[in-house]
Amino acid sequence: MPDTAAGQAYLQIDDLWKAFGDFIALRDISLSIQEGEFVCFLGPSGCGKTTLLRAIAGLDLQSRGTIRQAGEDISTLPPSRRDYGIVFQSYALFPNLTIERNIAFGLENARRPRAEIKRRVEELLVLVGLAEQARKYPAQLSGGQQQRIALARAIAISPGLLLLDEPLSALDAKVRVHLRHEIKELQRKLGVTTIMVTHDQEEALSMADRIVVMNHGVIEQIGTPTEIYRHPQTLFVADFIGETNQFPAKVLADGKVALAGTQLVCAGHQVPVGAEATAVIRPVDIIPHGIGVRSPGTPDIVETPENLVETTVEEMEFLGAFWRCRLSSPRLGARILVADFSINAVRRLDIVTGGSMRIELPGERLLVFAGNE
Amino acid sequence: MTTLSLPAGRLPRHSVSRDDIVKRGLMVAISLYLILSLAAPLYVMLSKSMSVYRFDLTQFEFQVSDETATVWSEPRTAAALNAESSAVSADDLRAGSDSRLAATSFFADFSFRSPVRYRLRGTVDEASWLVGSTPGGGTEWQEFDSNTFRRIVLRPSSTFGLDNFTTYFATPSLSNSIRNSALMATISTVITISVAFALAYALNRSNMPFKGLVRLVTTIPILVPSLLPGIALIYLFGNQGLLKPLMMGYSIYGPIGIVIGSVFFTLPHAFLIISTALAVADGRHYEAAASLGSSKWRTFWVVTVPGARFGIISAMFVVFTLVITDFGLPKVIGGQYNMLAVDIYKQVIGQQNFEMGAVVSVILLLPAIIAFTVDRIIQRRQVALLSARSVPYAPRPSRGFDMLCLGWCLAVAIFLVGIIGICQFAALVKLWPYDMSLSLKNYAFDLMDGGGWASYGNSIKLGLLTAFFGTIVVFTGAYMVEKTQGFSAGRSAFHFLAMLPMAVPGMVLGLAYIFFFNDPSNPLNAIYGTMVILVVSTVTHFYTVSHLTALTALKQMDAEFEPVAASLKQPFHKLFFRVTVPVCLPAILDISIYLFVNAMTTVSAVVFLYSTDTQLASVAVLNMDDAGDIAPAAAMGMMIFYTNVAARLVHAGVSTLLLSRTQRWRAR
Repeated sequence: MPDTAAGQAYLQIDDLWKAFGDFIALRDISLSIQEGEFVCFLGPSGCGKTTLLRAIAGLDLQSRGTIRQAGEDISTLPPSRRDYGIVFQSYALFPNLTIERNIAFGLENARRPRAEIKRRVEELLVLVGLAEQARKYPAQLSGGQQQRIALARAIAISPGLLLLDEPLSALDAKVRVHLRHEIKELQRKLGVTTIMVTHDQEEALSMADRIVVMNHGVIEQIGTPTEIYRHPQTLFVADFIGETNQFPAKVLADGKVALAGTQLVCAGHQVPVGAEATAVIRPVDIIPHGIGVRSPGTPDIVETPENLVETTVEEMEFLGAFWRCRLSSPRLGARILVADFSINAVRRLDIVTGGSMRIELPGERLLVFAGNE
Repeated sequence: MTTLSLPAGRLPRHSVSRDDIVKRGLMVAISLYLILSLAAPLYVMLSKSMSVYRFDLTQFEFQVSDETATVWSEPRTAAALNAESSAVSADDLRAGSDSRLAATSFFADFSFRSPVRYRLRGTVDEASWLVGSTPGGGTEWQEFDSNTFRRIVLRPSSTFGLDNFTTYFATPSLSNSIRNSALMATISTVITISVAFALAYALNRSNMPFKGLVRLVTTIPILVPSLLPGIALIYLFGNQGLLKPLMMGYSIYGPIGIVIGSVFFTLPHAFLIISTALAVADGRHYEAAASLGSSKWRTFWVVTVPGARFGIISAMFVVFTLVITDFGLPKVIGGQYNMLAVDIYKQVIGQQNFEMGAVVSVILLLPAIIAFTVDRIIQRRQVALLSARSVPYAPRPSRGFDMLCLGWCLAVAIFLVGIIGICQFAALVKLWPYDMSLSLKNYAFDLMDGGGWASYGNSIKLGLLTAFFGTIVVFTGAYMVEKTQGFSAGRSAFHFLAMLPMAVPGMVLGLAYIFFFNDPSNPLNAIYGTMVILVVSTVTHFYTVSHLTALTALKQMDAEFEPVAASLKQPFHKLFFRVTVPVCLPAILDISIYLFVNAMTTVSAVVFLYSTDTQLASVAVLNMDDAGDIAPAAAMGMMIFYTNVAARLVHAGVSTLLLSRTQRWRAR
């Protein structure tokens, strides 16, 4: 493998476009991926994430732009001359070959001695924890086991790049969570640069070193899972990942926004003063401040936090780990505010349906994006 | 913000890998095969149907000397000479490509002993004649003594036009066939579809016993040439038939025989299609109908018939096309009742009028192409109708209804087995109906016309070769169409070529082959009259169904096998032989038995193409019947039947064996 100079990306994609007739599936995609990184392409269906993966694999050639892998321009190479292993959602295991022969498929060539192939296959079977199943046929294995075999087959040839196309979406929820860790573990052990396409945000957040969020053929944001979650750069990202409350807002001076007439302190943003905007806050970021006093007009607590709002608890829903509360307030207009409170908080603060409560919308968690619907 | 439209520039192209080259090479090779074996012959035939030959007498100019051979008359054209003598009538001037006109016909006082000498020249460059068999022509004067002049024949000139079609429609004995064929096809279609629907309904919607046996019996007609029901009907209702009184004075030779025979040989095709349509019906619709209190009769018309309507329409077109294009049956039992397919044969073999044969072929091509096109459209819509969530319908036992169904199936089975049985009986009888004692003398094929036992051997050889090479060509072609990336214009052109044979009647294909391959200037002329051309024509004739079978099997395979193999740096042929072929083996075996059985029974295309060295059993049935050796014809037909039964058994055995070894993975 040609060595990549320090700082030079292992996979470098520049100005990539893909058009299917009049439909443009990818617009001006540029992206670099470091060696050993685990990157997820995340987005709703039709966002172009699979198209991008297939362009990297050489299965659907891009319309414009270049792809470089390990310093070499692979833009127009056929799949067979690129250096990657791939796992599809369907696994694509050869049904008439046993597990071991499936894994050995890519290893068999004239130069490699049989004993070596056998050793490598055994090693891989141990690696994916299916050593007992070597002689079985794919149809005799469970979905999760088949997925692991597909993975073993893909990494058998020690590719420089591992491509995973929605590898877990055909599996049961429980198996999926389990396999998530296994794949991540395996990737860390092998240190292979990996790209996974998924529409499942939880999968992306838990597995990826970096996430590429895509929508309508463009990259919305690239960042670590926490960056993406805590600091979404666009309303789409904020909306697609995690849950949000969204309010039409007007940007005021001095780092404030107006929500239905109420002035609130907000996090830093690029929206010009006076512009129409959307203010976003996640249900988990809302801080409960107790029942407060039942009669309005009473002075606030001594250490006055910003962005305090009196609300009425309209509805409460117990979701096991927490309570989901639907709050209303004349100060926020007609919109209902959804807040997630811990069980402890609900008990300690005596939050009940129909009661009033005071909540804090912490300024640094109140995100502002240009435009509103 | 990103820009909205694609920046200007050229689309990048894959650098081509070795696999791509091999794949495209194979696709081009198979396309070339289809072009040479289908498109080119059909094109030549089409142009033949529009070639008009006639003797243009103004093209030839003569001079005659006196008896001393020194003084020459004024040059005169043949037209002028004919105007004087009226030796050749206008009708005689119409010609075929092989027509000849003796030069002496313009000289009433010609004598080959006379010392008079003759000169001949063309007035145009195209004018040509033969001296004996030596071609001559040109605009220079050429001199002949009277003995040589006697051997000169003028050749017709050819022009392009629709005159042949005008002649065709102006000749009632020819154009009546259109009405006859359409009528026979329509009547047979109505009867066959009714019988097949009732049969399929009984098998799918009742709990009658012996379903498997009935299904087996319905496949019998596929295993015999369509001539055979004709022969059986002659023995039953012909002039010396056992049941002739039942005909009440009507003759079996003609429409009645054609319809009964057509019902026999088209029944399995209609039954299979309708039965499939009924089998995929969704049981939930019936539960819904029952829960709404719908009567059985109403449910039948509201649920059953609409559910199977695409199957019924599809079957109608198949039957109509089969009947209108069939040659064997009307040849045997049609009598004086002219049908299109038989007309081609009569024009070509009987009258050597190839141009008129081409005209009839073009006319026969039309209904077949229309039926084919409509059927394809319907098939496409039917696919959308099927849902993966359908629940199969499970009929409830009902004694009365089950017995009714069994009775009907029994009646149909008796009809089918009876036809075959009577043939076998007739083949064993010494001299029907005078000496009904049994003997094997009708199997002494070597004593009759038609090629004898050698023709039977040839048929088996043809069947095996067709099955072997046909399966390879068809499956490889289907694989290239289905599993190649890019090159989409080429792929759809290939797909069209592969679908075309279904619309081309065998007689038309055979005649097109004569035109194309029998042309000495065609480098492929060498295969004319050999086994090769028989194999090529048979593979091509039955290409479409085989292609669709292969395509269906390939479509069921994961489209991601190829990308995976490529990512593992393995050549496509490794994937092809290690995975694709083993997984598709059942379909491959089905294609080969389909090709074998059809090669054994087909008459239509090969009847124009066999030579003395390559006579075939199915053609022998035709020829022996033609020569009046009906019993040996029946005997040979039964040999074909038994061979196909044996082939089916071998196929079943081999399938079971191979599948148990290579398809173990199917079992969970």
